[in-house]
Amino acid sequence: MKAASDRIAERILLAVACTAILCLLVIAAFIFKEGIPFLLKVGPRDFLFSSDWRPDAGSYGIFPMIASSLWVTFGALAIGAPLGISGAIFLAEFSPPAVVQVVKPAIELLAGIPSVVFGFIGVMVLAPFIRRVAGGPGLSVLAAAIVLGVMILPTVMSISIDALRAVPQSFREGAFALGATRWQAVRMVVLKAARSGLLAGTILGMGRAIGETMAVIMVAGNSVKMPASPLDSARTLTANIALEMGYATGLHRQALFATGIVLFVVIMILNASAMAALKRKGAARR
Amino acid sequence: MSRMLPRARPRSWRVPVFIAVACGLLAGSCADRASSVTLAGSTAFQPFAEKLADAYDAAHPEIDVTVQGGGSAVGISAAINGAAQIGMADLVELPPDAKIPTAFVVARDGIAVIVNPANGIADLTMARIRDIYAGAIRNWKDLGGPDRLITVVSRESGSGTRSSFETILGRFDLADSAIIQDSNGTVRATVADDAGAIGYLSYGLVSDAIKAVKVDGLPCTTELILAGKYRLVRPIYFLCMGEPSPAAKGFIDYVLGPAGQASIEADGLLPATTSRGAR
Repeated sequence: MKAASDRIAERILLAVACTAILCLLVIAAFIFKEGIPFLLKVGPRDFLFSSDWRPDAGSYGIFPMIASSLWVTFGALAIGAPLGISGAIFLAEFSPPAVVQVVKPAIELLAGIPSVVFGFIGVMVLAPFIRRVAGGPGLSVLAAAIVLGVMILPTVMSISIDALRAVPQSFREGAFALGATRWQAVRMVVLKAARSGLLAGTILGMGRAIGETMAVIMVAGNSVKMPASPLDSARTLTANIALEMGYATGLHRQALFATGIVLFVVIMILNASAMAALKRKGAARR
Repeated sequence: MSRMLPRARPRSWRVPVFIAVACGLLAGSCADRASSVTLAGSTAFQPFAEKLADAYDAAHPEIDVTVQGGGSAVGISAAINGAAQIGMADLVELPPDAKIPTAFVVARDGIAVIVNPANGIADLTMARIRDIYAGAIRNWKDLGGPDRLITVVSRESGSGTRSSFETILGRFDLADSAIIQDSNGTVRATVADDAGAIGYLSYGLVSDAIKAVKVDGLPCTTELILAGKYRLVRPIYFLCMGEPSPAAKGFIDYVLGPAGQASIEADGLLPATTSRGAR
């Protein structure tokens, strides 16, 4: 009797799990079906490495947007990852429990703020500030990187906290027994043991940063050229799709799907290389 | 796992209640679909259309008028593929390949060229504006202003305001350093905020936060647009595929009627009727 109900539950859960994978496959198949004919027609070289994006004149080069997406994403990581991980170290290892009880939910709340709100603050406060202090149009790679850096904080931080908490207490006790201070124990033992979790948090943050659209459209300025400095305005791959998909038809529309393919592949490459780095380090440790 | 159970139990009523409420809302919103009218397209006309829709809804509670933005290109494609009963587009000329049988001019609208209020420049020629947007002039000092880089603000390529602006100025390639904003409102916010910026938007949306410059010596005013002297002007179209449905026809008649036209005029657009005389 119990075995039968167990089996049914198992089947249902399996079906539900498959739905998620099926969704991913259907989305991928759809994007590729719409975008591949364009790649065959225009040729991947002109598409990926030309810097000229003028759909009404028939030129479709997305090189500046690939570069902008990478600039903005790594900029966001450079800001969000150190802040997130050091915040997590403080909350998991040093702070009194009362502080954790207030700060951790507050940070998780940050994850619930819609991205337009971040974008709005970026437009009203951050961009004018950058323009005054550093020059340029203000709506820039730097503004986008800072906004995204803050947006990925909750992801990076909460996963890092979990990773640090998962390190067995006996590791710390061992370090203390050898005469390590609290900071030495964290630096030499806990961080090393939690490394894979910290990296996982950073990768998830990176995924959120490269995929974010609304906030980036609002603060990056969206001009179609190669950003020469962090103060230049830039258009990311996601922004390009979102800005133009509403009205694109024919070849232009296919070009946007092909942009989606590129985004898909870029994310795959970033994730795979991060995974590979993780594996290599894991092997070296053993 | 076992620790979560006691927390889960008191919440269990929330899911069915949520589903019931969601279903109720869905059913409610679908109930009288036959008497609803959807408009989509031009962000330049969107605020005016929303106001007209509110006034019309108040007088005709049985008909529900919904207004969406998206840009003129969205308006054209929505009218063609039926996503909206009425597509809104502000264009100097409708694209020849778009087969739209029914087009009503509901208003005419000037395009104001705007700069930051702190900018001393108050008058630009069409040729200069074109040079700025094509990237040939990059600094305000070349125009007699302070030594400050020009932040060129334009619209996305599906925008009717942009296509009208470029058509009237004479075709050119937009400078690739131009910042692209996707609505009239964000163009205005960007220019209001950046002392070096130049942008263009619907005349009806000019506010104190920005300064409209004279074009070829003429300020963008209702009188000069009506007289046909101010040249950056384009018609605003309502587009329908075939004959509009009775509900859509009712709304179009209201917009073209005296009350609708008066409301359009009061908000700074030009009534459609003058366009028939002028064109």
